[in-house]
Amino acid sequence: MAPFIRLTALTKTFEDVVAVDNLSLDIEKGELFCLLGASGCGKSTLLRMLAGFEQPSAGRIEIDGQNMAGVAPADRPVNIMFQNYALFPHMSVAGNIGYGLRRAGMRGAALGERIDALLKLVRLSGYGGRKPHQLSGGQRQRVALARALARQPKLLLLDEPLAALDKKLREDTQFELVDIQEKLGTTFMVVTHDQEEAMTLAGRIGIMDQGQLVQVDTPRTLYESPKNVFVADFLGMISFVEGRVTKVSKTGLVIDSQPPITAAIDQQRGPASQPKSGDQVTLAIRPEKISLSATATGAVNEIPVVVEDLAYLGVASNYRVKTAQGQMFKLQQQQSRRADKPLEWGDAGFIQFDPADVIVLS
Amino acid sequence: MTGRISLPVMCLGILGFGILYVPMAVMIVFSFNAGKLVSVWSGFSAKWYASLLTNEQLLNAFGLSLFIAFWAATIATFFGMMIAIAFVRFGDFRGRLALSGLSSAPLVMPEVVTGLSLLLLFIGMESVLGWPAGRGVDTIIIAHATFGMCFAAVVIQARLRDFDRAIEEAACDLGARQPFVFFSVTLPVILPAVIAAWLLAFTLSFDDLVIASFVSGPGSSTLPILVFSKVRLGVTPEINALASVMIGIVAISVISAAYFMRRRFGNPG
Amino acid sequence: MPQSGSVLHRVTGATGRRLVVAIPLVWLAVFFLLPLLETLQVSFTTAQRSIPPYAPLWGFDETGFFTNFTLDNYGLIATYWQDYIGPAGNSIKLAFFSTIVCLLFAYPMAWWIARSNAKWRAVLLVMVMLPFWTSSLLRIYALIGLLNPNGFINSMLIWMGLIDAPLRMMQTDFSIYMGMVLTYLPLMILPLYAVMVRLDDDVIEAATDLGASSVGVWWTVILPLTLPGVIAGSLLVFIPAVGEFVIPALLGGPDQLMMGKVLWTEFFRNRDWPVAAAIAMLLLAILTVPIIYARYQDGRDDHTTNSQSGTP
Repeated sequence: MAPFIRLTALTKTFEDVVAVDNLSLDIEKGELFCLLGASGCGKSTLLRMLAGFEQPSAGRIEIDGQNMAGVAPADRPVNIMFQNYALFPHMSVAGNIGYGLRRAGMRGAALGERIDALLKLVRLSGYGGRKPHQLSGGQRQRVALARALARQPKLLLLDEPLAALDKKLREDTQFELVDIQEKLGTTFMVVTHDQEEAMTLAGRIGIMDQGQLVQVDTPRTLYESPKNVFVADFLGMISFVEGRVTKVSKTGLVIDSQPPITAAIDQQRGPASQPKSGDQVTLAIRPEKISLSATATGAVNEIPVVVEDLAYLGVASNYRVKTAQGQMFKLQQQQSRRADKPLEWGDAGFIQFDPADVIVLS
Repeated sequence: MTGRISLPVMCLGILGFGILYVPMAVMIVFSFNAGKLVSVWSGFSAKWYASLLTNEQLLNAFGLSLFIAFWAATIATFFGMMIAIAFVRFGDFRGRLALSGLSSAPLVMPEVVTGLSLLLLFIGMESVLGWPAGRGVDTIIIAHATFGMCFAAVVIQARLRDFDRAIEEAACDLGARQPFVFFSVTLPVILPAVIAAWLLAFTLSFDDLVIASFVSGPGSSTLPILVFSKVRLGVTPEINALASVMIGIVAISVISAAYFMRRRFGNPG
Repeated sequence: MPQSGSVLHRVTGATGRRLVVAIPLVWLAVFFLLPLLETLQVSFTTAQRSIPPYAPLWGFDETGFFTNFTLDNYGLIATYWQDYIGPAGNSIKLAFFSTIVCLLFAYPMAWWIARSNAKWRAVLLVMVMLPFWTSSLLRIYALIGLLNPNGFINSMLIWMGLIDAPLRMMQTDFSIYMGMVLTYLPLMILPLYAVMVRLDDDVIEAATDLGASSVGVWWTVILPLTLPGVIAGSLLVFIPAVGEFVIPALLGGPDQLMMGKVLWTEFFRNRDWPVAAAIAMLLLAILTVPIIYARYQDGRDDHTTNSQSGTP
């Protein structure tokens, strides 16, 4: 069965700038998909193409089997929740929400009921008569959401939905959005530059860079098994070590760093793509996988370091440590016991990490 | 954005407002003067206002000015809206430079030049096309609409530029098409500017003396023309009364408009 | 992110767009440009007793093509140039200094309004707008009642015993400046206010924090930032003031003769339309540079706002 939303070789060029570059993507029905990327990566252009405000230079968009070529925004089964909400300032909340429904021909009692149901969904019952300028930012966001859901679109596009909210509100709204999506079963596509937003909301994330999709996976897979240095560096903190492979065995490989680091073989990769002796590779380790202690234990991958920098965050501490050769590692450590005395600036110690936790990137 | 205002600034400010208002205040006071002078108080009387109501010539001129101003303003707003839309929405179009020059020059052109040139045009048109036959109400309306539309364009353009186009896209996304999007979303949101433009064009037309003097004909004396001819003969409480009435009308309109705007659109912070 | 055209534009189609541009363009070409060309043409003809009271520039009659082209009108102006240079010089001088005086009052007033809290600001703005919407003719008329030899001010001063004979305030440069300020002050205040209200308070605080005195802050920070408003307001006042008619007609004497009045007199009194047309052309020539400068400034403001009003 063809996926619910299929983008095939989608390209968009503006004069000499390629905003979206031969991008293909499949999205399943009922998914909450997130398009994550820095500004200028092309995600907004992709969003506008899906909505119908830009025409692709090449490629195809199919929604539920229907080709969207030449279909006006008004006729697509797609609706957008705009970044700045774009509420109609001269209409009431009910007027805003009902706009799309009236365009679809709904009138009278049926219209009123549907508007009430939507108000209830976004927890704004009773606010129907208010005008946008009388609402708070969070309330306006909910009106924008209700308005976009009114026509029961097959695909709902959300443009940086949480960007305009303050931190506390953002946390609450994140879970609300997921709730609503699960309740309705509508396919959501969220476009954002905020990692935390993407990781919290999404079932799957597509990381975009320079008009192309670099990796599409679940948040966990993206974090634990990034495909390349870009993705590894993009999400969260990470430490990189470059080196040449000196030894390859059935279980792992060793590189020529000082001291040598052992990485476990990634069983997911086929034998053909495994690095061979003499290859240049980049190893990556996530900060929570590295432990820091004052004394050596003799385990594998134990490296003497000096604490360069330390940021105490309460729930954890972020360390930047340096080896004698100048290699930098970033690690995160929690203080499990209240009475513990962790290492401070300038202290010498040993970091250690398991070979299985090392990500091998070419 | 508030801050302390230094004393010299406030003094100059008060003096400025004084210059603006003292002449009018004195004039209004003396419109109630029982005597014939506008400088020596002889007691309170409203008789000059009463005589206004019976002055047919004045009332006719007033009605004529209203009529002309209404139509000139309406044409001006309509055309001004077109100019504004072209400049803000159409990007670089053929004729942009020409339209830009032609719609901004009238804003600063001396009225005597505009008036004289329009009259010469009307005469030229009359001899070649047979229309307009003589000068009168229609020529004044055309003249007023011409400079009115340039002012209207400026007012509407300002609002159109601040306009968030995302709401038009939202309307399309929700199933609407042009021209419905324009009438249901764009126009209501720019409506305050459109109304302001109409009122501005109306005022400019109603108050115009110079251009009307050039392009009017016999029997089409507007109120300013009448007042000017009277003023040349001297200052009398009767004209004071007329002026006070006009100022009163304007004052009530401006204040109620300001109040209404605040109610409807919230405080412009 | 570049946008491929507004929704409004794309859906109304190319012909719709052409119409929206063409209709006002044609109207303005016919009722603004053509008249100016017509005036230029008439300035090359001679006055005569006919209706209209000037000879046609060219035409066909029994003898074929004829023309009445003459430079006599300009010659007249050149010959009697003292009669015309004076008013021309007066127009520029009086307009220039009126602009300065307006600026002197308008700058602090606009600053006061811009720095007031929201409630006061609304009130003060209404107080500025009120005279703006009132007929300038009536405002000047009110000023006459004030400045006349037997007007209010003189009557008051005599009654209070401060003077014996009435002060001469009418038909002086002073009365012209008063009239100009009365008429043009709101026009000067508005662009200044628009610029000042957008001024970032933090910038001023930063300057003070870095050691600038009050005057220093004004000269190095506030003035440069408000300069666009100063220029816009000044042009908005100076250019029409040069061609003013009502103010010199009602408030000025023979020493305050301005071009607007000269034109009016030639037209209505002397019935010499061709000379009036020539004077109109002269007036335009004087104002060409300021008008082009004003357009250039407009264009610059156009570009800054266009690049700011970005796209989603």
